[in-house]
Amino acid sequence: MKALYSLAVFLPLIGALAAGFGNRRLGDRGAQIVTSGGLILAAIISIVAFIDVALGHNPDRAVLFRWIESGNFDAAWILRFDTLSVVMMCVVTIVSACVHVYSIGYMSHDHSKPRFMAYLSLFTFSMLMLVTADNLVQMFFGWEGVGVCSYLLIGFWFDRPAANAAAMKAFIVNRVGDFGFALGIFGIFLLFETVSFGSIFSAVPQYTEARLQFLGMDLPALEILCLLLFIGAMGKSAQLGLHTWLPDAMEGPTPVSALIHAATMVTAGVFMVCRLSPIFEYAPNVMAFVTMIGAFTAFFAATVGLTQFDIKRVIAYSTCSQLGYMFFAVGLSAYPAAMFHLTTHAFFKALLFLGAGSVIHAMSDEQDMRNMGGIRGHIKQTYILMWIGSLALAGVGIPAVVGFAGFYSKDMILEVAYAAGSVPGMLAFIFGIAAACMTAFYSWRLLFMTFHGQPRADEKVMAHVHESPPVMLWPLYVLAFGAVVSGIALYGPFVGHHFQEFWGDSIFILADSEGHNIIDKAHHVPFWVKALPVVVTALGIFLAWKFYIKDTSLPKKTAEAFEGLHKFFFNKWYFDEAYDWLFVRPAKRVARVLWQRGDIGIIDRFGPDGISSLAKRAADKASKLQSGYVYHYAFAMLIGVVALVAWRIFQQGA
Amino acid sequence: MSGAPLLTLITFGPLVGALMIMLFARGDEKASNARWVALWASSFVFLVSLLVWAQFDPTNPGFQMKETYEWFPEFNIAFRLGVDGISIYFILLSTFLTPICILASWTSVDKRVSEYMAAFLALETFMVGMFCALDMIAFYVFFEGVLIPMFLIIGVWGGARRIYASFKFFLYTLLGSVLMLVAIIAMIVQVGGSSIEEAMLFDFDPELQIWLWLAFFASFSVKMPMWPVHTWLPDAHVEAPTAGSVILAGVLLKMGGYGFLRFSLPMFPDASAYFSDMVYALSIVAIVYTSLVALAQEDMKKLIAYSSVAHMGYVTLGIFTGNAQGVEGAVFQMLSHGIVSAALFLCVGVVYDRMHTREISRYGGLVHRMPKYAAVMMIFTMASVGLPGTSGFIGEFLVLAGAFLANTWVAALAATGLILGAAYMLMLYRRVIFGKLEHDDLKSISDLTWREAAIFTPLVILVLWMGIYPASFLDGIQPAVAEVLSRAPVSTASSLQDIGDQARSLLASLR
Repeated sequence: MKALYSLAVFLPLIGALAAGFGNRRLGDRGAQIVTSGGLILAAIISIVAFIDVALGHNPDRAVLFRWIESGNFDAAWILRFDTLSVVMMCVVTIVSACVHVYSIGYMSHDHSKPRFMAYLSLFTFSMLMLVTADNLVQMFFGWEGVGVCSYLLIGFWFDRPAANAAAMKAFIVNRVGDFGFALGIFGIFLLFETVSFGSIFSAVPQYTEARLQFLGMDLPALEILCLLLFIGAMGKSAQLGLHTWLPDAMEGPTPVSALIHAATMVTAGVFMVCRLSPIFEYAPNVMAFVTMIGAFTAFFAATVGLTQFDIKRVIAYSTCSQLGYMFFAVGLSAYPAAMFHLTTHAFFKALLFLGAGSVIHAMSDEQDMRNMGGIRGHIKQTYILMWIGSLALAGVGIPAVVGFAGFYSKDMILEVAYAAGSVPGMLAFIFGIAAACMTAFYSWRLLFMTFHGQPRADEKVMAHVHESPPVMLWPLYVLAFGAVVSGIALYGPFVGHHFQEFWGDSIFILADSEGHNIIDKAHHVPFWVKALPVVVTALGIFLAWKFYIKDTSLPKKTAEAFEGLHKFFFNKWYFDEAYDWLFVRPAKRVARVLWQRGDIGIIDRFGPDGISSLAKRAADKASKLQSGYVYHYAFAMLIGVVALVAWRIFQQGA
Repeated sequence: MSGAPLLTLITFGPLVGALMIMLFARGDEKASNARWVALWASSFVFLVSLLVWAQFDPTNPGFQMKETYEWFPEFNIAFRLGVDGISIYFILLSTFLTPICILASWTSVDKRVSEYMAAFLALETFMVGMFCALDMIAFYVFFEGVLIPMFLIIGVWGGARRIYASFKFFLYTLLGSVLMLVAIIAMIVQVGGSSIEEAMLFDFDPELQIWLWLAFFASFSVKMPMWPVHTWLPDAHVEAPTAGSVILAGVLLKMGGYGFLRFSLPMFPDASAYFSDMVYALSIVAIVYTSLVALAQEDMKKLIAYSSVAHMGYVTLGIFTGNAQGVEGAVFQMLSHGIVSAALFLCVGVVYDRMHTREISRYGGLVHRMPKYAAVMMIFTMASVGLPGTSGFIGEFLVLAGAFLANTWVAALAATGLILGAAYMLMLYRRVIFGKLEHDDLKSISDLTWREAAIFTPLVILVLWMGIYPASFLDGIQPAVAEVLSRAPVSTASSLQDIGDQARSLLASLR
């Protein structure tokens, strides 16, 4: 079976190569069919793999061939199929297949369809390599591979300066994270003398007390390694501090935002920490740090999401915020809960993005919600689908009875935070509840501003508003199905009472002193903890209704009343400005100074140019002879140095 | 063919081609004949070098296919050739790049064509000879001989400031060369012969090692080039014709690193250990400093030249980590850089041939007219920033891993090159390739010709091959590197202390 599963990984690569290189012979339609067909097939195989590997408890590995061998360093190309990787494979291939099909419609007016499809498939391949990696270096391969594809796709419309700038920013900010990741890999190799997951994990318990000399400090080895690796995760998953690239990445075509910047690539950081759970479990301080970063990000991004007007940026900040939830879940050792939210989020967030794409498509490429409104009657299906996505995102449901996907997964995370009983856990709970309220508010703000009220677009645009073609709507229905049922269907296996059976060895949770684990504890929180998220969500929706339907002057009044705070949120807490001032400008200035002052002003002046002019002057004084090239005179000076060294060497040798 | 003097053949084959061009290329067809002879000769040499590779036994850590010709028997100086798992790949790199250079100069060089082609073939002889040489005198002759055709290629076929550039290049390298000759004579006296193999087995006095190491360092550090003796490189690149830049970046920059591996590390292990901290410091400065300087460049060739200095910083860093990952990574990084930087200079040459400018701001939006070119350049840009799956990753990654084992500060500082490298390369790509096609004269620019595509195809294949299945190369490098490292003593703190004290007293006595 592993040959079949490996095929699922390589089908997107084959599709990408066919679409990328065969463009003239295949044509637009051929490229679309090859890539989409490959992805649908890969998705079917992934589901088979899920049934066999995850539900049938039948993990496997496919050894492909050798890669980097140097001394005792050995990293081979091996695909690992266990519960964690097949869950990710399903998420990636299903969403990717939907996005591929959707793109056929969305990009129908674009001139380089084969290139777009090839990039999408290449991205999917890289992502699958990332999730099926059997060692850290191969994971890094996928990690950087998705980064490049993200770069190519953000900058897909290369005529737009903003798109080019955003693409570069995404790549470089991610490289900052990768810097940490790479150092983490080196550290792991230094400590464990291997980079293969299996060998590392089995050796971890012997190293719990190990120390590592890092940057002149004597530190607990596992803590510092996990911290370095987590910096990589922060970059890829846009956590506070390294999040600035994600909103800008919305310059890419909307299907890209749905696939890469919502459902799959940005969750790679969460996946990485889950994959490395056997190490992170022994780094309690880093875990506390992860929890705090996650909680702050969830809160921070939600506050910014409240104020944005670009429909895609609202959803982008929402993604950032939801990733924060996942991180504070992993920080509290609730990896299954994080993976659960990752899965449900992939469905409803991809749905929201593609829905937003459908709106943008209908509005003749308008993205500013201030220029929308009053279109619900024109695009009924999109409207309903966006409602489903929002209901799933906000986690609407009836406690202990039934609800949309987010209701199960997000509430599970909040219950975990409460059950943890620690300071970071409580902090995460409070920030998480606050963010839940804001999530509901900005989601319905988006719905109301986009679809309700009076049309604010000009007549020409309004006359043109039209429902998307079936090729775009069908993928939305598939995702909507996921957004409705994935919560209720996956709750049992992912985080139910027998969750350990499902995850098997792919996730490791250290039991506390009484032998309990966090997931079990989360099942026994008081009823008010389970009810509170639903209450604040309802409050958020009510407030959105009050602000954007009932009394539409309220937003302006509120913004004026809290002018400073509104500005602070609207300008995204001034992160971009601060980074520009702290890093970008100084780097440019230093670059010029080093070149003009360092290379030309000092090295050349006192080096070759100096020696030659000095020699010339000496020669001019000694005699008036000139032979044209000043360098001739410099040779005389060198001979002196040579003679001196020669004398020393022969004196030593004798 | 086994037993045939293949190394002599690949060393002097190109020279025969050069002589044929000088002697027989006459009349109207002179230029065209010279081109074809050069292409045939260099292709033949490449095929023979593949035969050498086929016969090479990667599991054997020592020198193979040795040939010895008497020279000055009274001093035990002979013309000795041989290859090991390090030199074989540099030979292949040289013989692979030479036909590519000749193809790349096919139309862009149109004056004194036969002299140009002869110079290139002579250059190949010196390069291959240098990597094959197992005798210090032969090595020295080839090592310095390389400069002559290169000097001519820049000085005769170069750009406007070619005289300044070629003399700067010459002046920088001269000091090192002479010191190296002095050191070699001293070693011949000590060892009682000029065989490199014998010198490797000889135990030089630690005090003497310091001086010999410094003499070689003076030569190799300029050739690398290491900071702060790197400023000749940007000028040389800017003024050199495209193919000159290709060989300069592709092969000549590897001579220094090769020298460190052939001489400094195995012959002066104590001194190498003693000076490793200094080399780390210079390497890190090279990586960070030149990466930043690259950010400020307005000339495409200068930018790539500065990036070369940064990449060579990884090489010196890796060599002096003294562990398997670091040294193997350094060798691999040199090979990879040989391909990638050569390809990047060829990319510059493609647009230079069309527009006759290297100003970055004179370009922009090329992707609209040159999609194939954009795709090719993207691959090499990614290889340059060390994307996994390309050759650039393997070397950089292994060097940094080795550095981390040696010193975490060094690794952390050097790894900032990952970020800066991405910044300047993506900036270059964005400004040249992406954006709107705004300059009017670019609106009729044409995409790659079949000849250009034929040049880039093997380079692309190699970059991916080396990135996805590096075992083809690492298998041979590994035993040879292990052999080099086996010469390095376990550098105990006390022995190092001794050397340090001795060096200090030496320096004091000098004053």
